[in-house]
Amino acid sequence: MTETQLDIAKIRKDFPILTRKVNGNPLVYFDNAATSQTPRQVIDTIVEYYSRYNANIHRGVHALAQEATEAYEEGRKKIQQFFNAAHTHEIIFTSGTTHSINLVANGFTSLLKKGDEILVSAMEHHSNIVPWQMLCERTGSTLKVIPMDTDGVLKMDDYKKLLSRRTKLVVCNHVSNALGTINPIEEIIPLAHAVGAAVLVDGAQSSPHLKVDVQKLDVDFYTASAHKLCGPTGIGMLYGKQDWLKKLPPYQGGGEMIAEVTFEKTTYADLPYKFEAGTPNICGGIAFGAAIDYLNSIGLEVIDAYEHELLAYATEKLSRIEGMQFYGTATRKTAVISFNIKGIHPYDVGTLLDKMGIAVRTGHHCAQPVMDFFQIPGTIRASFSFYNTKEEVDRFVEALVKARQMLT
Amino acid sequence: MSSIPEIQNEIVEEFSMFDDWMQRYEYMIELGKSLPLIKEEYKTEDHIIKGCQSKVWVHAELEGDELVFTADSDAIITKGIIAILIRAFSHQKPQDIIDADTKFIDEIGLKEHLSPTRANGLVSMIKQLKLYAVAYQTQLN
Repeated sequence: MTETQLDIAKIRKDFPILTRKVNGNPLVYFDNAATSQTPRQVIDTIVEYYSRYNANIHRGVHALAQEATEAYEEGRKKIQQFFNAAHTHEIIFTSGTTHSINLVANGFTSLLKKGDEILVSAMEHHSNIVPWQMLCERTGSTLKVIPMDTDGVLKMDDYKKLLSRRTKLVVCNHVSNALGTINPIEEIIPLAHAVGAAVLVDGAQSSPHLKVDVQKLDVDFYTASAHKLCGPTGIGMLYGKQDWLKKLPPYQGGGEMIAEVTFEKTTYADLPYKFEAGTPNICGGIAFGAAIDYLNSIGLEVIDAYEHELLAYATEKLSRIEGMQFYGTATRKTAVISFNIKGIHPYDVGTLLDKMGIAVRTGHHCAQPVMDFFQIPGTIRASFSFYNTKEEVDRFVEALVKARQMLT
Repeated sequence: MSSIPEIQNEIVEEFSMFDDWMQRYEYMIELGKSLPLIKEEYKTEDHIIKGCQSKVWVHAELEGDELVFTADSDAIITKGIIAILIRAFSHQKPQDIIDADTKFIDEIGLKEHLSPTRANGLVSMIKQLKLYAVAYQTQLN
C-alpha cells in the first residue's frame, strides 16, 4: 500500500485531547467507533456561538436570532451536501441516530398492521432493534432476522428468501459497530424496493469513513450522529425521502413544529420543522456543520485509504499474538478490529490497557445478539481514526502482549 | 477471627508495599487465580449478578452466628477484587457486615472498579452481600 497523503502530525495538532496523559502515559485513543474526538475548529465554533450570537432561532427579529438561524440552517445545508440529499428539508435534526430511528419507528405505527413484517439484520446495535420491537408490539407486526455467517457477513440468499409482499420495512446498519462489516446496502435496498418495502439504514458507523450518496443509494431513510464525525454529542440527523417524510405523522408536539394552533385544531409546519418540536440543539447543528467542513477539508477518500492502512498494519501485528481470535473478518470492513485472546476475559484486557493509557472498548458493544451468535461474553474492540498513527498501534500491541503475560 | 476493620487495615497495609499499579494488579490476578471461590452448584442463574462487562456469582450461608460468602466471576480481575471483599466480609456476624463500609477499596487504589458506571457487577455484589446480611440478621433475631 502507498504511504498516506495525510500530514498526520499536523492533523494531530488539531485535536487538543490527543496531548493528554492517562494513568501517566500518553493517551492512545482507539475507541473512535464509540465517539470521535473533536478538532479545535469545531471547539472554536462552539465557543464562538456561545460568545457571540447565542439566541433562539426562527422566531426572533433581532440580529442575534437572525445570525443564529442562518448559521443553524447553514449547518443543515452542509449536511445535505455531505450526504447528497436532493433537498435541504429532507434533513431532520435529531439528537443522534437513536433518536432518528425512534422517530421513524413511531411514524410507522399508523402505517403497519398485524401480519406485516420488518426485516432486521443479525448484526444490529440495540438502537436498531428495540425501536422496531416496540413498533411490532404496537402494531402486531413481526420482526424477522436476516442471518449472518461466521465472518460477520449477511447471508444475502436468506435475505432474498425472507422478502415478501408482507415485508414493509428493511432496517440494517451500513457498517456494524461490533464487527466493522460494511453491509451491501446497494444490493439490499433495490431488493427491498422490489417488494414494496421501505429501507432505513443506520449510518452511525459508516458516515465518518465512507462517502454516502443517499440519492444514488435510493435509500428511504439514513441516519447519522455528529459525535462520531468529529462533532459534538447530542446532535445528529435523519435523512428521509421527501415523500416518506410527508407521509409520516409528527413525532413530538410543541413549538417550532406547528403552522397554526387553536384549541380546536393545530396544523403542522412544513418539512423539516414538522419533526423538530421545541428549541433545537442550535449550537450542535452549527458545530455539526463545522465538523463536516473539517472532514471535507481532509477528504473522506483520503481518510478511508489511511484508515485502511492502519487496519491492515494492526491486523497483521495483532495476528502474531498467541491465542488471537478475530470477530468480523469480512473482506469489506472499516477500521474496526474486534477480538479476544484465548482464555482471557475482554474486561481484564481492557482494564490493564487502560492502566497503560490505551482506550479501547470492551464488552458486548450494545449488540448482544452478535455476541450470542459467537457465544462469547464480549470482545475487545479497537477502532481507528485518521488521527491515529502506526506508532500508537505499536504501543497498543506491546501493551496487549504485556496484558496477556500478566493474565496467563 | 479478626473484625472487619482489622482485616481491612491488614489489606491496606499489604497493598502499601506495592510500588506501582502493575504489582497491585499482578497480586489481584494471583488472588483471582488461586482461590476456588464458589461451589459449582451455586453458579446458577439464581446466584448471578449480570454486569455489562463481567458476571458475578455470589452465595451466602450461615455457619453458627457467622455469615459465610462464596463468590466467583468470569473475569479474573473482578475475581481478585471479590477475593479481597470476601476476605473482609466473610465469616463475620451479619450485623457487623451491615455496619461495615468499603472505603478500604479506595485506599488500595482500586476505587474505579467499584464505580457504578463500571458495570462489572461488583457494586451490585456489595449490595447483595449487605442484603444477605440483613436477611440473616432478621433470621437470627
